[in-house]
Amino acid sequence: MSLALKPKSDAAPQGTKRALAATPGTFLIWGSMAVFLLLLLGVVSSVVVNSFAKEWFDTWLPAGYTPAWYADAWKEYDLGQVVGTTLTVAVAVVGISVLIGAPASYVLARRSFPGKNILMLVFLLPIMMPPITYGIPLATLLTYYHLAPGLTGVILANLVPSIPFVILTMTPFIEQINPSIESAARMCGANMLRLFTKILAPLLVPGILAAAVLVLVRTVGMFELTFLTSDSTSDTLVVALFTAMTGAGIRAQQSVDAMAVVYMLMMMVLLVVALRFVNPTQLVSQVREETD
Amino acid sequence: MTMTGQRPGRAKQGPANRPALSHRLAERGIDKLLLLLLPALLFALVLFVYPFVYGLGLSFQPKTGGLFGAYVKFFTDPSVRGLDSIWVTLQLALPAALLNVLVSVPLAYKMRGKFRGKRALTTVLVIPITLGTVLTAEGLLNFFGQRGWLNRFLGVLGFEPLQLVQNYWGVLWSLIISGFPFAFLLILSYLSGIDPSLEAAARTLGADWKQRFRRITLPLLAPGLAITFCLTFVLAFSVFPSAILVGDPSGSTRVIAYVAYNAWGQQFDYPLASAAAIVMGAVELIVIVLVLIWRSRMYKGSTGGKG
Repeated sequence: MSLALKPKSDAAPQGTKRALAATPGTFLIWGSMAVFLLLLLGVVSSVVVNSFAKEWFDTWLPAGYTPAWYADAWKEYDLGQVVGTTLTVAVAVVGISVLIGAPASYVLARRSFPGKNILMLVFLLPIMMPPITYGIPLATLLTYYHLAPGLTGVILANLVPSIPFVILTMTPFIEQINPSIESAARMCGANMLRLFTKILAPLLVPGILAAAVLVLVRTVGMFELTFLTSDSTSDTLVVALFTAMTGAGIRAQQSVDAMAVVYMLMMMVLLVVALRFVNPTQLVSQVREETD
Repeated sequence: MTMTGQRPGRAKQGPANRPALSHRLAERGIDKLLLLLLPALLFALVLFVYPFVYGLGLSFQPKTGGLFGAYVKFFTDPSVRGLDSIWVTLQLALPAALLNVLVSVPLAYKMRGKFRGKRALTTVLVIPITLGTVLTAEGLLNFFGQRGWLNRFLGVLGFEPLQLVQNYWGVLWSLIISGFPFAFLLILSYLSGIDPSLEAAARTLGADWKQRFRRITLPLLAPGLAITFCLTFVLAFSVFPSAILVGDPSGSTRVIAYVAYNAWGQQFDYPLASAAAIVMGAVELIVIVLVLIWRSRMYKGSTGGKG
């Protein structure tokens, strides 16, 4: 048990970076984390390897490699159009939901008024409910009004969870802004519009970016709502991937995997961008610091 | 207009002397600023509340069977098997959510301090959340499949190959892969939000780590724990694509979302689909309310008035 010999690490001074000490508990913890990461690596890399495989039957690695499946998938699934649709939907949803959500989150962060709790509940429910639950009545209704299946329907359906999400993400950012800045602007004669464009918007840039990026990632990854409201011309990448997977047997597994890698790359780019603006572990603690 | 509870000095004044309506409303927090809420509220009403009410109404107007016909069909029709699908969903979602939260707590507790590579680890853990269930399913099919790397590795070790996809386990794994990082990161951020000096104080008073965890950290973490469980449960409960892709949608992973979609997209039975969706929402809300009740009973008072 030489692992347990090191002194306990809890006594190390706060604020300095250090390695975790190798007590048996730590060992077990890192072990389970390593197993999980290994699993994740296996899942991701088996898709990547297969997308480049010429043939891959009963061996550890494919017999040969070729990039041809990407060209194949691009043509077969019309990926140019699919990626275009995905970006159109994502940008539209982000733009509209920030425009509508940001003013609302300002009011909710600053004011208390009768019925605020009920309003918060209305905004929270779309996030807490499974998308299928409200997606099915919504899709029925949108079809009835001839807005779905199609691009409009996809955008409208994706707005339902996105607007509340913007409101929830931005509220703590607005609470961090000192209200006396706004009062000062008011005293200098700024009206509401000027207050928003000259004072709040510049201060809120980090909050807007965080909300926008998170909504972007969510929208590109949203399966259920898009699946219920799209047709073959308005499929986003994740829905096209699902359709290709369920229609298996007709097409080579490798070209499905090539499409999966395209989707993965798109998500990775978004993720890298997202992590520049948002630290995942800080989202909640920011709220806590404010409420304490 | 004799209203009770008015402020002194304003009662029984004539209409001419009363402050303007807008002024009185402003005193209660209602003024023009609230108009900024209007677009968001309008969207929520048109795209969420109205469809929901519409769906509720639709579920009570089946073609046959009277007022509750769709619900009766959902629960009793042998081709729908709604009750079974509720159990199937709960049997997937509850273990997945419990496992994700219970494993996350010690991991996050151990890793709540600063250490080398923490940022890198959190970055890697965000990946499966972003990838989503469809891509995870594709990866699981390759990795866990009959000729996948895992079964090949087990073969080298001399074990029989395991059937890990196209059944219950495939779906459970996909829920863990996308749910565990989510639970871990949430709990980690809740833990980092707890003031470390509280634990330091307990330490000076001679509490060992077990006592510190039980008496200090756990009560302060309880609200976050409840919320994390609820969110992870919602994620797992709405399992749909992976139940089809890595599961056995006609048998052991015939989840309620699949039943609802099947009625909607394959049979075009909109009342039945709405009924299934409503039942799905109701079951989920019941579980969430139970969790919140449990947490308010369990830790009432022990957080020392904080939170």
